[in-house]
Amino acid sequence: MNPPPLLEMRQITKEFPGVVALDNASFQVNKGEIHCLVGENGAGKSTLMKILSGVYPYGTFSGDILLDGEVQRFRGIGDTEKAGIAIIYQELALVPHMTVYENIFLGHEITNGLTVNWYETIRETADMLKKVRLDVSPSMLVNDLSVGKQQLVEIAKALSKDVRLLILDEPTSALNEDESENLLSLLQELKTQGVTSVLISHKLKEVIAVADAVTVLRDGKTVVTLNAHKGEVSENVLIRNMVGREINNIYPSRTHRISDEIVLEVKGLNARHPGLGRDILKDVNFNIKRGEIVGFAGLMGSGRTELALSIFGNPFGFQVSGDLYIEGQAHSLRHPEQAIRAGLAYVSEDRKGNGLILIQDVKENITLANLRAIAHRWVVNRNEEVQVAREYRQSLDIKTPSIEQRVMNLSGGNQQKVSVAKWLFVKPKILILDEPTRGIDVGAKFEIYMIMNRLVEEGMSIMMISSELPEILGMSDRVYVMSSGRLTGELITAQATQERIMELATIH
Amino acid sequence: MSFMANVRKVLSENIRDYGMFIALFVIMAIFTFTTNGIFISSRNISNLLNQTGYIAVLGVGMTLVIVIRHIDLSVGFLAGFLGAVAAIAMVSWKLPVGVVLPMILLLGTLAGLISGFLVAQMKVPAFVATLAGWLIYRGAILLVTESTGTIIIPNRDFNAIGNGFIPDIPGLTFWPGVHKLTLLLGLIALMLFMVNEFRSRRKKLSYELEVLSMDMFILKLVIITAVVGGITWVLAGYNGLSWTVVIVLVVVGLYHFVTTQTVLGRHIYAVGGNPEAAELSGISVKRITYAVFASMGTLSALSGILFASRLQSATTTAGTLFELDAIAAAFVGGVSAAGGVGKVTGALIGALVMTSLTSGMNLMGIGISSQYMVRGAVLAAAVLFDVATRNRQG
Repeated sequence: MNPPPLLEMRQITKEFPGVVALDNASFQVNKGEIHCLVGENGAGKSTLMKILSGVYPYGTFSGDILLDGEVQRFRGIGDTEKAGIAIIYQELALVPHMTVYENIFLGHEITNGLTVNWYETIRETADMLKKVRLDVSPSMLVNDLSVGKQQLVEIAKALSKDVRLLILDEPTSALNEDESENLLSLLQELKTQGVTSVLISHKLKEVIAVADAVTVLRDGKTVVTLNAHKGEVSENVLIRNMVGREINNIYPSRTHRISDEIVLEVKGLNARHPGLGRDILKDVNFNIKRGEIVGFAGLMGSGRTELALSIFGNPFGFQVSGDLYIEGQAHSLRHPEQAIRAGLAYVSEDRKGNGLILIQDVKENITLANLRAIAHRWVVNRNEEVQVAREYRQSLDIKTPSIEQRVMNLSGGNQQKVSVAKWLFVKPKILILDEPTRGIDVGAKFEIYMIMNRLVEEGMSIMMISSELPEILGMSDRVYVMSSGRLTGELITAQATQERIMELATIH
Repeated sequence: MSFMANVRKVLSENIRDYGMFIALFVIMAIFTFTTNGIFISSRNISNLLNQTGYIAVLGVGMTLVIVIRHIDLSVGFLAGFLGAVAAIAMVSWKLPVGVVLPMILLLGTLAGLISGFLVAQMKVPAFVATLAGWLIYRGAILLVTESTGTIIIPNRDFNAIGNGFIPDIPGLTFWPGVHKLTLLLGLIALMLFMVNEFRSRRKKLSYELEVLSMDMFILKLVIITAVVGGITWVLAGYNGLSWTVVIVLVVVGLYHFVTTQTVLGRHIYAVGGNPEAAELSGISVKRITYAVFASMGTLSALSGILFASRLQSATTTAGTLFELDAIAAAFVGGVSAAGGVGKVTGALIGALVMTSLTSGMNLMGIGISSQYMVRGAVLAAAVLFDVATRNRQG
């Protein structure tokens, strides 16, 4: 009999209100391999790893987790750490103003009884750093290290806890090429020392380079597990398995009446995130015509939201350069206020975080971005406000008991409609929709699509950012694909396929 | 029975809005009982309202500062310092009151803008920026009063702000001992209020918005009429409306109007409710922050004027602990530390609660040590109440 696999996850199902994130997913990792986990955004990768690492404890999902053939009941992150599982997230979990050695032994300090033994700590840290081939002093502040080096510190931290299974969630997304290569070869070296790794990645090339096995997730289900040593893994196979979904006709048809008039044109847009110290947009050029829906496809972190924000007055203070033309006129937009006046509107992907004011009511949210339109000498005309809110409630069919209902009490779909209403009230020429149907049910999705169709038929232009490829193909007239802050392709929807888009989105 | 059930339902649904009124009512009732009615006497109520003035105006400004998720610790000593400057301007520089008052208010605005600059522009946490202000203004008071000590203000017009009363209508001889103009103003205010309530109710009904049921609506009007009428009667029985009360009512009225009716007010609450969403909606969070701190500074100056005028002098310790009283008034008045929630009218009630406690306990002869503890307990209870009821009202 073969020894049991190191890790086995059987028939895992996890539901969130209104969404099934994982649907009978299974996942099996053998000792001493590098196992890659791939899938589109929202396929369930992160949820699966959160279950494995104890973020979602035993009892909040159904299915079994087995380590070395034994059923485990993790009640929290502490349990999984004890079992030898370490997870390294995209957002690093180091304390920036502590030294490398303090960070590595944070939570499991080496002590002599009551006091910390710093000498031993530093010596051990030096060993760990050697193991991950990181040549920095143990007493450097983490803050002073590059992201790539911080990642290595995280791995060293995991190794200091006698890790058996190392999980890395998109470890290379923030790294440059040299750093990525260094990290991947480190994983291979750790493999020879008996450390098993699970690598979640969007970059298929690196998956193909390092994987012993690849599991593909789609819509919360395990599609297939491929063995690299039998030659089963190739880019085409992976893409086909990742997207392989039928586009059903949940997308209402519309009469396309696109004129040749370019409404929005962006030339040579570059942006840098001052906090991360990284370029987030590199030489982006695109245009949108009147009456057109232009889809922006790409994987998480490809820079689509940053692109939208850079155009929309740059509210979060990126360092932006480039030219922006609206109806042929050059604009330099330094605040959303100017962007709104210039005819732009931005419906945020994060309606609860920065789209809506949840503690305020429906009418106050709808009028917020254009209060002056219903004000006379700075005094808000409440009657007009009520009328405006009622009009949008009717035209967008917002289901709420009253326009004085607080937005936090509405369903996701109706919140999204309030968000859209708010931005329609500024009467934009170009409406930017960032993930317009995220987290809302199918019925509400269809209604949002109908609204979009009506708007472009009336001559508005829409820039739609979406991570759902069927939505991109179902709604757009034209598609731009982004990867790592660059536009990597432009496709006419008639010629676009999910496979082609995925190819462009995984170019690095 | 269904009437009582209705009352209970309306109360429990609006407990956040009515809670502090009930608290104020209970506190006043208790003190009236324990002091054999001295507390509710015309003289005491009139005094109490005058004492509330300088805290109430600070509370109003502080409410907005807390609504946008900041705090201002500097307001107490800023008020004290500007009060001293006013005294010096009148006594040493011999400037007329008509010049001194606008000058002091302007200086307050300027001081507020400096805090605003540190917070909005330089991103210094408000707690630290205004703590620095606290220290600086404390030093400034000591500096300007170093050579003189307490400065006595001999100006009668200035002192009337904190001690004087509005004149009565001349020539009326009936009802001696009753202030007729005060009664008349109270009556006019009540009538305006009624008309406005009925109009807004009709309008809401025409838009099919939710309103109180007719019996509850009448009950509300009856209660408010009783309270406003009662206070008016009590005041009219002493010297009538004091200038302090007039000033406070004007300030509260103005701020109530700005916060509920204007674009600026709506922007302030939007910034408090969700700064990122506000920024993305084209509202400059920076500009709103400047405006709110500038208003706070102006009101600090007004508070300083009210206090100096009430004492008829500028002292070296003027303004001590005002900032904490103002913050307490704002919280008792229902402002939420999470931002975006809180009414300026609440701050007025909150200030009344805090001063009622002081006044009532003074009348009862309770020592200062116990007074602090009672006030602390009331503040904690108010915030507990806020936290406990926050989730219920979805």
